Amino acid sequence: MTGTASGSRRGGGIRRGEARAGWLFVTPAVAIVGVFLAIPILLALWVSFSDWNGFRSPLNPNVNFVGLDNYAAITTDTGLDQRNFGRAVRNNLWYVVFVVPLQTIVALLLAVQVNRAVLRGRGFFRTAFYFPSVTSTVAIVVVFQFLFTASGAVNAVLGFFGINGPNWFNDPSGVFHNILAAVGVTSAPAALAESGPLGVTWWEWLAGPSVAMSSLIILAIFTTSGTFMLLFLAGLQNIGAEVDEAARMDGAGPVRTFFSVTLPMLRPTLFTVLTLGLIGSWQVFDQIYVLGGSTAGGTITTPAFLAYQTSFDDLKWGQGAAIAFILFVFIILLTLFQRWVLRERDPKGMGRGGRRAGRGGAADPRRHEPDAASAAVGADPADRALLTGADAREDGDAGPRDGSRS
Amino acid sequence: MTDLSTRSVVTGDGGRDAASARPTRRRRISPKARAGLWTSYLILIGLALIYIYPFILSIAASFKTDADATQNPLSLVPETVTFAAYERLFTGVPFTLWFGNSVLVAVVVTLGRVFFDSLAGYALSRLKFRGRSMVFVFFIGVLAVPGVVLLIPRFLILQQVGLYDTYAGMIIPLLSTAAGVFIMKQFFDSIPVSIEEAARIDGAGQFRTFWSVVLPMARPALVTLIILSFQGSWNELGHFIVSRQSPELNTLTTGVASLVSGQLGSGNQFPLQLAAAVLMTIPVAVLFFIFQRRIMNTTAGAEKG
Repeated sequence: MTGTASGSRRGGGIRRGEARAGWLFVTPAVAIVGVFLAIPILLALWVSFSDWNGFRSPLNPNVNFVGLDNYAAITTDTGLDQRNFGRAVRNNLWYVVFVVPLQTIVALLLAVQVNRAVLRGRGFFRTAFYFPSVTSTVAIVVVFQFLFTASGAVNAVLGFFGINGPNWFNDPSGVFHNILAAVGVTSAPAALAESGPLGVTWWEWLAGPSVAMSSLIILAIFTTSGTFMLLFLAGLQNIGAEVDEAARMDGAGPVRTFFSVTLPMLRPTLFTVLTLGLIGSWQVFDQIYVLGGSTAGGTITTPAFLAYQTSFDDLKWGQGAAIAFILFVFIILLTLFQRWVLRERDPKGMGRGGRRAGRGGAADPRRHEPDAASAAVGADPADRALLTGADAREDGDAGPRDGSRS
Repeated sequence: MTDLSTRSVVTGDGGRDAASARPTRRRRISPKARAGLWTSYLILIGLALIYIYPFILSIAASFKTDADATQNPLSLVPETVTFAAYERLFTGVPFTLWFGNSVLVAVVVTLGRVFFDSLAGYALSRLKFRGRSMVFVFFIGVLAVPGVVLLIPRFLILQQVGLYDTYAGMIIPLLSTAAGVFIMKQFFDSIPVSIEEAARIDGAGQFRTFWSVVLPMARPALVTLIILSFQGSWNELGHFIVSRQSPELNTLTTGVASLVSGQLGSGNQFPLQLAAAVLMTIPVAVLFFIFQRRIMNTTAGAEKG
């Protein structure tokens, strides 16, 4: 309603002022984002194709173009660099395999429980579950290090059950390897011991997350489930309690209702949560940095951290930038895939730009789904938060939908 | 799609039963449903304990002695309550400096984002100018860039323009985000244009109209933006790792991270680290509790993925 109304019936004089004001207004934001985001990416792209060693400017004439050498060093050339990259990919892959489904299930469980219409104290529970998402990763890691230290709280609790807990953050052994060891398999079968992708043997690929990485997996679930719980809550509230009641009256039990009615209707939200989780969990950096990166035999190093380490510690700038770009392309592809699917599914989504979604939200808040917002949002978790925020905010202001329930 | 099906189910079933179902619903809650509710409570209380206990435990441990914290990790009551960790934080560690830097950065970044993002969002939503859609596409594209791959690029550009290791280098790159612009644009799209038109007819210039008519109306969106910007820049770690190296420029995140890795000889002193974690959490926690309803209705918060 707004975009079309403004301007079209205006005279030339005002219009000229409008054009100037328009550019003046967007220039600061465009300049900041351009100079500190767009241009730097191009600069780093150049570095990833160069032999720059960190000395003077990467644009000085002594820096040479080396083609795909940096990319080859970490992917095709056999050697330590390739193996480090392979290990980082493996570490992160297991992290993703566990974090994405688990955080989704936990978030859904929390949302369904909190969403009960007759429940008292829902505000308290939502606060409790969401609070870890508000605090900084640094603080959370400090807390987790304390809890998961060898003689810490977690092992003390395990001790009650007669379990001898591991030395969590310092234990490099793979979880699957440990399970196999428990049944007597301690070394690789010949077929798996030889070779594997990226210089890492199949046996190592199949090790599972290390015990140290498992603590980070728990940390991730702890901190993100609250966030995704809110997304699911929004989805559940869009469905409304009536549907649930209708299904119950038709004689479906609570479990049946959940799986045959609620869950299918939550599918767009579910897809959003899964893909956001997927995109987010390939970007683990803060936790690894705070923990020192190469602890636990390098089993918690992720590609994001390896890119940093290779550049800033080992001063192999080209190689570090190359790792960052591989990650960059991969995450962009995931994001584009998500946007594409959500556009198909949700015609008022963000695929064609914000206008329609914005308008839809204003006109009829009930139709406003969180997916549209998240779909538009990129891979950066903070940005994502911003958008989802703005979106639901309209809902909150537009109607007492939520207020009537709490 | 989803909505249509929702409605048909609602009318198809609810319509028929509405009259008879409503009055009886209360009584129906009886035994079976009540049992379900109690299980719900049990599950929720159990889970809430898991989510809250670590924080309470950490606060308790920050008042313990080093030995006490290590030997009695589960106890909520210190053997002897000591403020030693907090004292050391303010005497042996430049904690006040870190705190000051974090406040400075977070406040300036928040103000900057509120101003620049709403300015740009307003222009993209309301003002007609050549290249507007191009600018919009630029921001949409930028949204997809994952923050974590910006570490090396940001370092390179700050070196290049000579802002590395300065407050300016820590602050300016964060002053505007595509997401913030996007939020504000969406908000302006959703409010009617009539009031500004009245102001324009009264002869107010574009900036005047924006500043004294539009911006006050945008309060709900601005509050959201303020909360998220403050929280985001307060908790930011990556950018402050690559934009500075002087210890004097440490923020709370980089400073406390150096405590954890034992760079300041604080290896296994849990009370000290926990005290730092508690203090650095207080500002965002206060913000969270003040704006709780709004945040929970709205944000997805910072994700640690």
